[in-house]
Amino acid sequence: MGKIVAVTGNEACAYALKQINPDVCAAYPITPATDLMQRFSGYVSNGQVDTELVLVESEHSAMSACIGAAAAGGRVATATSSQGLALMWEMLYIAAGTRLPIVMPLVNRALSAPLNIHGDHSDGMGARDTGWIQIYSENAQEAYDNLIQSFRIAEHLEIRTPAMVCMDGFIVSHSIERVEYIDDADVKKFVGKFQAVHPLLDLEHPKSYGPLILTDLYHEYKRAQHEVMTKVSGVVLEVAAEFEKMTGRKYGLFESYRLEDAEIAIVVMSSAAGTTKDIIDQYRDKGVKVGLLKPRMFRPFPFTQIAEALKHVKAIAVLDRADSFGGYGPLFSEIAGAVMSMDTKPAMINKIFGLGGRDYLPDQAEQVIDELIKIAETGKVGAIKEYIGVRE
Amino acid sequence: MSKKFWETLPQGSVVLEAGSSAKFKTGTWRSMRPKWIEENCIQCMFCWIYCPDMSIKVTAEGKRAEFDYDYCKGCGICALECPGKKGNKAIVMEEEGK
Repeated sequence: MGKIVAVTGNEACAYALKQINPDVCAAYPITPATDLMQRFSGYVSNGQVDTELVLVESEHSAMSACIGAAAAGGRVATATSSQGLALMWEMLYIAAGTRLPIVMPLVNRALSAPLNIHGDHSDGMGARDTGWIQIYSENAQEAYDNLIQSFRIAEHLEIRTPAMVCMDGFIVSHSIERVEYIDDADVKKFVGKFQAVHPLLDLEHPKSYGPLILTDLYHEYKRAQHEVMTKVSGVVLEVAAEFEKMTGRKYGLFESYRLEDAEIAIVVMSSAAGTTKDIIDQYRDKGVKVGLLKPRMFRPFPFTQIAEALKHVKAIAVLDRADSFGGYGPLFSEIAGAVMSMDTKPAMINKIFGLGGRDYLPDQAEQVIDELIKIAETGKVGAIKEYIGVRE
Repeated sequence: MSKKFWETLPQGSVVLEAGSSAKFKTGTWRSMRPKWIEENCIQCMFCWIYCPDMSIKVTAEGKRAEFDYDYCKGCGICALECPGKKGNKAIVMEEEGK
């Protein structure tokens, strides 16, 4: 068994990286992920890992260095947040399109302007279509567990696609929680030895990375990239099953909380799910059949499985901690897309909450559930998209 | 079951052989074709230096030879840089297909 510690989300992720001991790590500090890489660089300078730490002058360079190191044939990791992720934008596509299994904790933070360092999902949602696998974590334990599992997922020989493991900036990255660490030897055994595919440093077999592919083949390469994503769900579940055997902690593509017999449901990701579960318990005690669905894997989005899990509910509220200005929230669009395939279509509302680290309060969850109860009774939806917790 | 065409592509578009650029014939892009006028050529090799591709062939003796039209995109840099002999250019651009 592992040991139980009191650590922050950043500390737990840095410790996971220490246990995994990647070959190369190129990073540039950005709040609130600075602390994660700072702790990891401490492990490097103390000789506790033999990772080659590359100090670069920007996040764009950090991802570029990671791509080079991954193409060379190394196990590679980095971490970032917010504007840092935005600065990596063009390199994210190259990492995914070149099928390099880089793993990156993303400490979710708002995007400027106005400048804000606190937690929301704008950065992760901006990278939605880059071809990276995205896994969201509710708390420090999940961030730690997801990070370890993500190496296995990204590096799976049928997948070979980069993965980002997300947790809420400050709310999780800087709060101290109870976390159960896995033994070093077990982590080492679980992630296994890295197997390079087409490494550049294999001098016996020269090769080129990053060719120009014009109208003749680009379409086919993108079709192939989509196909890889269809295989991710299976691998995520396979890895989770093995992880459960090792730790007793169960993970899926999403978490269902009191959803089986629910008439109304809230869909929300990351740390806000914890608060929502508490309020759901209170309403359950009052006899209200309310449940929660917490997506864990956002990319690829498990739309058929989610539709199956939600098919019996009458009304759904999707809570987005990011906005798409002039459109519905990104999570709402996904859930609406999933619901499309269902015979019975539930009523749906979209709430934008917690932008720029604004607290998500228990009474906001109550407000949403009260609205859902009314919608389920009357079948009438007022405004589909609304902001909650906003000064009016 | 036979694989679909897109399933046969190398992972991550990695090119698994060395020197494959020689197979990528770029001459089909051309709309203007350079013509070599040997009697005006002073063998200065400026065209060879300036050619952005590999379109100027050089003999074993180090002499400039005919163009390799498989790679010539018709950019015209060679014709521009050619000093010629007594004001007569050794390379002139002509419309392709004429």
